[in-house]
Amino acid sequence: MSERSELISWLGAAARAGAGTLTVVRSSFATRVASTVSVAFGVALFAVPFGFQTGVVQQLTTLCTLLILAMMWNVLAGYGGLVSVGQQAFIGFGAYATVFLAQQGVAPYVAVVLAALLSALLAVVLAPVVLRLRGGQFAVGMWVVAETLALLVTLDQNLGGGTGVSLRGLNTLAPDWRRAYTYWLTLAFTLLLFALVFLLLRRRTGAAIRAIRDDEEAAASLGVRALPLRFMLFVLAGFGCGAAGALILANTLFIQPQSIFGVQWTAYMLFMVLVGGLGTYEGPVVGALVFFALQDWFAQYGAGYLIGLGVVAVGFALFLPRGLWSLAEDRLPFRLLPVGYAAVVAAPTGRRAGATTS
Amino acid sequence: MTWVNAIVQGIFLGGLYALFACGLSLIFGVMRIINLAHGDLAVLGAFLVWSLTERLGISPLLAVLPALPVMLAVGYLLHRTVLARSLRGGPLTPLLTTFGLAVVIQNGLLQVYSPDVRSLGGPAGGVATGSWRITSQLSASYLGVLILAVAVLVLGGLQLVLRRTAFGREMRATAQDPDTAALVGVPAQSVYARATAIAVATATLAGVFLAIRSTFDASSGPTQLIFAFEAVVIGGLGSLWGTLWGGIVLGVAQTLGAMIDPQYSILAGHLVFLAVLAGPRGRSFLARPLRARRQRLT
Repeated sequence: MSERSELISWLGAAARAGAGTLTVVRSSFATRVASTVSVAFGVALFAVPFGFQTGVVQQLTTLCTLLILAMMWNVLAGYGGLVSVGQQAFIGFGAYATVFLAQQGVAPYVAVVLAALLSALLAVVLAPVVLRLRGGQFAVGMWVVAETLALLVTLDQNLGGGTGVSLRGLNTLAPDWRRAYTYWLTLAFTLLLFALVFLLLRRRTGAAIRAIRDDEEAAASLGVRALPLRFMLFVLAGFGCGAAGALILANTLFIQPQSIFGVQWTAYMLFMVLVGGLGTYEGPVVGALVFFALQDWFAQYGAGYLIGLGVVAVGFALFLPRGLWSLAEDRLPFRLLPVGYAAVVAAPTGRRAGATTS
Repeated sequence: MTWVNAIVQGIFLGGLYALFACGLSLIFGVMRIINLAHGDLAVLGAFLVWSLTERLGISPLLAVLPALPVMLAVGYLLHRTVLARSLRGGPLTPLLTTFGLAVVIQNGLLQVYSPDVRSLGGPAGGVATGSWRITSQLSASYLGVLILAVAVLVLGGLQLVLRRTAFGREMRATAQDPDTAALVGVPAQSVYARATAIAVATATLAGVFLAIRSTFDASSGPTQLIFAFEAVVIGGLGSLWGTLWGGIVLGVAQTLGAMIDPQYSILAGHLVFLAVLAGPRGRSFLARPLRARRQRLT
């Protein structure tokens, strides 16, 4: 709420000078159109398996998991101020929990959903310990958690030890249908998480979260309690990353502890979020699309490709910290999905001038 | 007796971890950032020494001498070019940039030196293999003693510099309050650059000792960063002697874990770290929003 009143006072002078009336709105007509189109597009994506080849479906599944990962890392770093180098702990946990549940006789797709919920539970358990840490300490602390989980999995022969394990139970389905089911489930998770983050940012919590992001001490002086919000974001990110891990497994059917618990996931997430726009709602989408395209074209170059990713990420962190989306955001007259407020000054001539916050 | 030996070996191993950790601790103490590229910088230093050893055919312990000034310069330039700018971008930016840097260094080394596993143990000769036998089951390797001695010397030397010299006073002043320090003519960025240089040089020393003691490859950096970080947290943040203590606790935990089963070695270290974090010491992290800045660097 403080954000709103600050905006009003800031624009008060402008309004008086222009002798117009000031209204604070969530959206404009253009934004409502853009939002409707975005949502309709998201829902329309469910029809893809009926019109395209399985190769496309599998690629889109990969893209959706990247979207989830980018969004979850952005929720943590962009809104919670928690840079984690260890979100692969949840990715790996989600994947291995799926394997474990499937071994116990749970239907694989049900296991995926349960594994995501178990990942959220893991986050609840871990939060009291790791949320004590700040900044770099939290970052490396989470990394230690991921390494510990990877070592524990390696020790368990039932989970395939260090050599990896396959998800059984899905090969009874026809390959085309299996890919379609996995895709639908992935898309459903993606849209669900988008909706959750949207609601989180739209409601009162959203203003509090962004107040903490901008200045934690100032937010605390207004009575915003940071710890419960951080807890909520951490659990949400744990849920999302666990779901992504389980879905990666459902897509590839085979995992190894070194790769699913690998720190390269953090490198990818960091790249997507930094390039797209840290702390913006739409940024991770842009970042995931850019990363998906780059991976398609350049992944064959191995180390050189990763050097490029690292250099680009550092460049964005230093020179364009709000990412590519900020370039578009400052020019577009609308938002894809409005999570902030816009103040509109109606000048006597009827000309409208606007300012937005997000 | 084998358990006593395990503890003794753990103490020597702890010396290595303390050496890795002191640079991390120094940068954190002065600049309040965790350098996520610390481990990869150490491995970069080890590769530099490896190249010198190969080209000149000398012992790695001699090759360290020309390598250290080079790495000091690398650290200084690293701050002047990247870190100084990232410090202006808020608390998260240094983390993001140093992680990006870690990816770049690691894959750069992979590109130049291939993923082969190497060791400097061979070129180092007798130092790497010899040991004093105290009893039939208790021994102290030359290298272990050397590493521990160097760790104590480096940590003690840093302590002395911080306590007794003008540069140490500047570092402590900047750590406590960079703005006020600037008012009395201590430019923070220059202090930071020198601190980074020292940190990278100590990391190089640790990287070389790691390479002599066992093996290393282009992707060894992250593990060493994790161990260094664990040592820093176990020993208590911002305290250099605490870092030595933390390194030793971590080393002993790993060797004792390995006594039960070699697979448990690293896991035991992680579990001790998490236990410290979950215990009463971990609670101290909660109560430091503003006071942290006033914390004294010792």
